[in-house]
Amino acid sequence: MDLSLIIALDVVNGAASLFLLCLGLAIIFGMMKIINLAHGEFVMLGAYATVISANAGLNIWIAMLVVAPLFVGLVGLVIERCLIRFLYGRLVDSMLATWGLSLCLIGLVTTIFGNTINGVPTPLGGFQVGAYRSSWYTIFLLAMAVVMMALVYGVLRFTRFGLVARAVMLNPGMAATLGVNPAKIYMATFGIGAAVTGLAGGLLAPVSGITPVMGTAFVAKCFITVVGGGATIISGTLSAAGLFGFVNQLGAYFTTPVYGEVILFLSAILLIRLLPQGISGRFFKGTL
Amino acid sequence: MALSRRDLLRTAAAVPLSTLAMPAVLRSARAETPILVGSLHDQSGPIAASGTPMVESLKLGIEEVNAAGGLLGRPLQLVHYDTQSNIQMYSQYAQQLAVRDKVAVVHGGITSASREAIRPTFNRFRVLYFYNVLYEGGVCDRNTFCTGTTPAQTVEKLVPYAMGKDKKKVYIIAADYNYGQITAKWMQKYVKDQGGETVSVDFFPLDVTNFGPTISKIQAAKPDLLLSALVGGNHTAFYRQWTSAGMKGQIPIASTTFGLVNEPSTLNAAESDGVLGAYGYFEELTTPASTAYVAKLKKQSPSIPYISELAAATYEGFYLWVEGVKKAKSIDRMAVTEALETGLSFDGPTGKVTIDHATHHVTRNAYLAAVKDRKWTVRETFPDAKPQDTAAVCNLIKNPRDNKQYEISI
Repeated sequence: MDLSLIIALDVVNGAASLFLLCLGLAIIFGMMKIINLAHGEFVMLGAYATVISANAGLNIWIAMLVVAPLFVGLVGLVIERCLIRFLYGRLVDSMLATWGLSLCLIGLVTTIFGNTINGVPTPLGGFQVGAYRSSWYTIFLLAMAVVMMALVYGVLRFTRFGLVARAVMLNPGMAATLGVNPAKIYMATFGIGAAVTGLAGGLLAPVSGITPVMGTAFVAKCFITVVGGGATIISGTLSAAGLFGFVNQLGAYFTTPVYGEVILFLSAILLIRLLPQGISGRFFKGTL
Repeated sequence: MALSRRDLLRTAAAVPLSTLAMPAVLRSARAETPILVGSLHDQSGPIAASGTPMVESLKLGIEEVNAAGGLLGRPLQLVHYDTQSNIQMYSQYAQQLAVRDKVAVVHGGITSASREAIRPTFNRFRVLYFYNVLYEGGVCDRNTFCTGTTPAQTVEKLVPYAMGKDKKKVYIIAADYNYGQITAKWMQKYVKDQGGETVSVDFFPLDVTNFGPTISKIQAAKPDLLLSALVGGNHTAFYRQWTSAGMKGQIPIASTTFGLVNEPSTLNAAESDGVLGAYGYFEELTTPASTAYVAKLKKQSPSIPYISELAAATYEGFYLWVEGVKKAKSIDRMAVTEALETGLSFDGPTGKVTIDHATHHVTRNAYLAAVKDRKWTVRETFPDAKPQDTAAVCNLIKNPRDNKQYEISI
């Protein structure tokens, strides 16, 4: 009983971390159809922002929840202005350019901070469930995933910016004829996507080893989640992150972490074969 | 052009004469030409944190020899290529060092995969090769000298110490490539030798970052001891997640890889205190040779994260080659090999290091330490540990033409 509770917590934790990691990518990919191969490096920048500011004496919560998203959001805006805005509608070119960007960011961070492992200690402690232990931070990550989901849903559903953004996402040409400037919306969207990704990096910083190349571990998993989820941001990402997180963590528990990954990728292939439009393309048509 | 018989004879005679005369000219010109020392180490990519201190050690050694007047009256010069944590680069640069640069010796290779990629190249082009990294053992090759520790020198000491008298149930976690796989086998063997039981062995690809399910699984198995051969930045997350789940202090951890880069200084004391490790060297060793070496290396490159066995063994591997050249009075590959095979030794920062003729490995001190306040505290010293695992399968005295990596059956 205690054990199954702990395992359930692992599964939920896996899904929540995957959701947090993918949300920014889903915003950028879902709205702008830009394949951002530098996504993992945005996570890495968020983690570095947290570690550097926390080690400089800043409160860890402020470092995670404020510094990381603000910093990466700003970086995202600069990158959008200097690079991405020339690539709208050019799928392959955007892949190449963002791949180059990812190498560039890795090189830059390596040059500045060196290639050793950095980190901050995990805040909060552990708690006991019968004979087993788990950490409060797991619960915190879960709560953050829920908060982020509510926030993105709220912005897209109830604000004017959300309405305009959804309009641009559906049909940029039509939105432009109605007096919206799609370029501005794209810029803001990219910045917000980057900020959300930076936040994920900040939140994962205390539970991972931080190196300039850490982003590469996330990119593939995030892409299959976003593609598996389909074009809609919330329902797609949530359902795919839930499914893949569940499959991966349970697989890892009952077999080995190696097979956990294999099972994850196999189920992704199967899913995309059966539902080429992603989960949301079939089941949640017309939702967010 | 018509050539008379006399002319032809004269030219024919002149050619060997002039070639005979040439070495004298060359020799005088060569007195100043440097001896080239090749280096293949990763300075970028995931393994760079291990590679950088190794290159710095090699530079330090070369500077010291040059300051003392060089070798055989000639200065030494480093030819270094950054292999970028990329096996393809290893093969390419190995060829370049052997064919184009014509170096006298190569020090390099960090992972076992990179070593196996370049070893055949140096055999083919007859370039002496030194591999200065702790590894899983079993390389048997007359052209190669392995100066790092093997499991018989470290894991064999670590497992019994960590198990003590009462810890019989052991759980093993390891990185999923040949180092982790083979080291996990050694761990199982030593656990069995101590009368213990291995309850589970889990392998992790290098990009696994989430250890939640594993931590639950370990708790369910209730082991007395956790043995870890996890590698790299992503795997460092394990120690963090382990502590945040409150498992630190519940089950002790002993590792064959922890602290090879700078783990003790990145994790905080609560996360790393008490972790046991065994290597051929710790920066914290207080012998005069060690403190002098650390001071010199930190002066040369102040940003060096941690000086582990990798750097120290590279320094000693280089000096063993220097001793070999001095003894052979030549940089010729076979002459140096034979000189080294006489059982040359060098007193380095780790203590006395002696070449073992039969295996081309070294007999060296092993140290067992525990992390305390983000530093290693050496608890035990095992003088003159022998590479017995490799000695069981490799005998280059009997079979000098042997050339393979044995998988030691355990």
